[in-house]
Formats: sequence, structure tokens, C-alpha cells
Amino acid sequence: MSLAFNELSSVVLETPLPDLSVLRGVAVTALGVVAVVTGALVFRVDSMARATYLLAASFVAVGAAVVALHLDYVGVVVVLMMLMEMAVMGVFMVMLMGMNPALMPMSMVHSGRRALAAAGTSFVVLTVGILLVDWPTRPDAPPSDPGATTYSLGDALMGDHMLVMMVVSPVMLATIVAGVVLAQAHGRYERLGDDLRGTSRQGGRR
Amino acid sequence: MGEVVQVAAPWVLLAALLLGMAALGVAALDGALAARAACRPASVGAQHPLVETARLLRQRRRTTVAADTLLRHVAVGGFAVAPLLMVAVVPLGEWVLADASVGVVWFNAVDVLVWVLVWLAGWGPNAAWSLTGGYRFLAQAMAYELPLMFALTAPAVAAGSLRVGDVAGGQQGLPYVVWMPVAFLVYCVGVLAFSVRGPLSPAGGPVISSGVLAELSGVDRLLVLAGRAGLLVAGAAFAVPLFLGGGSGPLLPGWLWVLVKTALLTAALVVVRRRLPDVRPERFLALGWTVLLPAALLQLLVVSVVVVVRS
Repeated sequence: MSLAFNELSSVVLETPLPDLSVLRGVAVTALGVVAVVTGALVFRVDSMARATYLLAASFVAVGAAVVALHLDYVGVVVVLMMLMEMAVMGVFMVMLMGMNPALMPMSMVHSGRRALAAAGTSFVVLTVGILLVDWPTRPDAPPSDPGATTYSLGDALMGDHMLVMMVVSPVMLATIVAGVVLAQAHGRYERLGDDLRGTSRQGGRR
Repeated sequence: MGEVVQVAAPWVLLAALLLGMAALGVAALDGALAARAACRPASVGAQHPLVETARLLRQRRRTTVAADTLLRHVAVGGFAVAPLLMVAVVPLGEWVLADASVGVVWFNAVDVLVWVLVWLAGWGPNAAWSLTGGYRFLAQAMAYELPLMFALTAPAVAAGSLRVGDVAGGQQGLPYVVWMPVAFLVYCVGVLAFSVRGPLSPAGGPVISSGVLAELSGVDRLLVLAGRAGLLVAGAAFAVPLFLGGGSGPLLPGWLWVLVKTALLTAALVVVRRRLPDVRPERFLALGWTVLLPAALLQLLVVSVVVVVRS
């Protein structure tokens, strides 16, 4: 009796929870469909603002799918970065495309046939690649702590180069900050002149 | 303070109610201060938000020629939702709506969503002043966002977790504001900047004929006004677990301490933002990149060294 109970409880305990993973699978699939549809709609609308934010919506769906794959940090950062990037990109797209808000509808596609061929070819190549790659099977259930998944992904991607990346990233940030400080129009070069001593003001306004 | 418990989804209604009341309180305090500055009785100013709400609810929606109505609706709806998304990860004592493992990053993502909302609100009506407001907000955002990010990082590094409940629980006896005051100040500047009102956030300011608000009318205007007040409240509410020790405090229960601290910080921000000088976007950029960002980074360095030494 007690043996049977032990056997039963071990079966119950070791059976993975199917409903949660099924739910995650459905979520990932649905979000993938949303990402593809909004991504395709980018080329159907006639306004640069709508195209930009449809692309943002597509990326947000991708980020949400990544969250559904137990990578909370990576997914939320994808959403954060893409919203930021698209907000800035919208400004540049409107500026460079010279489109008046809503008054001048414009097509989002050009060189139709060649673009279609290029898109079709890359889609086929990528799909075939995905289907043919010998994906490894997961040996055990994913860890319950999403942080552990993120950590192991980072470890798998970076490995020994983690320290190099950790050192390079502050250097890159410092470069960006220094670049902005130097490029600033109304900065110390305007106030103090080219020699930064305030004696000669040859610099003047640019 | 122990572990936080995730509550069922319907409690979001209570969160929305609290946020709405707090937003009304922000508008009333603002109105009272404005009335007193204009030598009128403060009570008249404090009632103004209620009068304005009644007026906007009855007002017919005004539209402009060739407006992008869809994008305007997205922006207006987003303003109503964004503050709620922010407070969803803030523990009220021992309860939280979403016990996200990356709550701090989530808050950051929602405050970036505000960029999108303000720009879309500016773009939607197809009008010059609102468009100017939208662009101006993005220019300001370049100045405050990066310092704000590093200010958010400091408490997370000290607590060793991105879960908001862990950050609140990590400051037993000593709130983080005591030993990371620079990060707190930079955070408050960020909150003042993303709440779309006041001198640090001139997207809807009088200098550009109320910018993004210029063409909004009726319920749309009401939702955006409520949303921006809600953003200020949500920003203050998030500072409580991050810097002000969460629900810890004598006598009162944890949830009440969170509300009291949020109310006090919100009121302080409303009073302070009336006293700050107007900052043009390019001046704010210089301030953000040459003062706020290095200050936030140095604060982060200090916090990191303390964490390493202590462990």
C-alpha cells in the first residue's frame, strides 16, 4: 500500500505541468503571428508615422514572445530598446522622407519585383535553415527562476568573452558621452573659445 | 517586511481608483497653488479640476483637418493605461499586482512608452503646435532618460535584484535614499521630466500654446490630463520601494506607509516643479549629459564599491 502510494506520488511529482507549457506555446505562437502581421502591415500603410509604430508594435510582440520563453529580462529590454529606437527613428524617417503629416500619403515600397524576390528568397533560406538545423533537445525542465535562464543564455552566448564585453561596454558609453559633449553646439568651446581659456574667442557660433 | 504576495487581477480596479484619486489630488494641489500665486482663494483653485472634469465630459470632441485619428486614439488610450502599468509592479505593503522578476526594467520600459505616447499625441491632430510639443518632448527625453536609467540601476545593484519587492526588502532600517541621494535626485528629475508638465517637460507648456494638448478636447483631453498627473503619482509611488524603504515604518501598517510616502513625495514634486526655471531642450541636454549622467554614474560606482566591499 505504502509502496504503491510512493510510486504514485513520484509519478505525480515528476510529471511536468503540461498546461503551463502549452499555454506558453500558444502565447509564443500567437505573439509570433502578431509580430509577422504588424510587420507586414508596415508596407501596406501610407504614412511614415503609422509604418514606424507598426514596426514598433511588431518588435513589442517579439519582446513579449521572448518573455514567454522564460527570458523575462531579455524580453522586457527588447521592448524598452525598440520603443526608444522607433520613437527616435520616426523623427528621422519623417525628416528624411520629407512627408507632411498625413497630407502627403506615400508608398512604403519601392523596386517592387526585385524587393519581392529578395524578400521571398531570404524567407525561404531562413525557413529551410530553421527546419534543417539539428536543434539540441532540452535535457531537463527549464529552471523556475527566470534569472537562471537569462544567466545561462548569457553564458552560452559570451562564454569566456564575458569579461571583455563587460570592459568594452563602459568604454563605449564613455565614448558616446564624450562625443555628445564635444559635438554640443552651445558648449564650452562657444563660451571659452577654441583654446578653452576664455582669452580668445575665435570659435564663435557655428 | 516579508515576502510580497501577488494578488488576483480584479484588484487592478482598486489600483486604478487609487491612481485616479491621487491624480485628482495632484490637479487640486496644482490648482490651489496657482490660485494662491494669482492672489485668489486657494479653495477656488482646488475645485478647478472637478469643474474642468465636468466641462470636458460634456464637451464635444473637436477635430482637425486630415488628423490621424487612429494614432491619436492610441496616444490618448496609452496615457490612461501607462500609469497603471507602472504601479502594477509597486508593492502596496505586502501585496502587489504583478510580482515581476524584472520589475525595475518594466518600469523603465513603461517610462520609455511615454516617449511614444507624447509623440503620437503631438502627431495625431496634424497641427503645428502639437507637433512641436511632440518633438520637444523627444529632445528632452534624450536628456533625462539615460541618467534616469542609471539612477534606477543603483538600488537594484544594492539589493542584487530587479524584483521591486526584493529592492524594498533590501533596505532594512536604512532607506537607500540616505546613502544614494544623488540617484534619488536624478530619479526625481526624471519623474518631473516624463510627467509632461512643468518646466522640465515643456511638451504641453504655454510657450508653445500648450503643445501636445493644444488640439485635444473633450474626453481625450481629460484622459491625457489625468494620465500625466497619474504619471507623476506613479513615478512617486515607484520611488517608495526603490529609495524610501517601501512599507517599512513605525506604528502604521505597511500598505498605509506606502500610501503616505507616495502622497508626501507627490506633493513635494508638485510644489518643487512650480519653482523650477524653464529649461529649453538644448540646455536640458547639456545639463543631462554633462551633470546628471556623470553624477548618476558616480553614484552607481559608489554603490557598486559598497556592495563589493560589504559582500
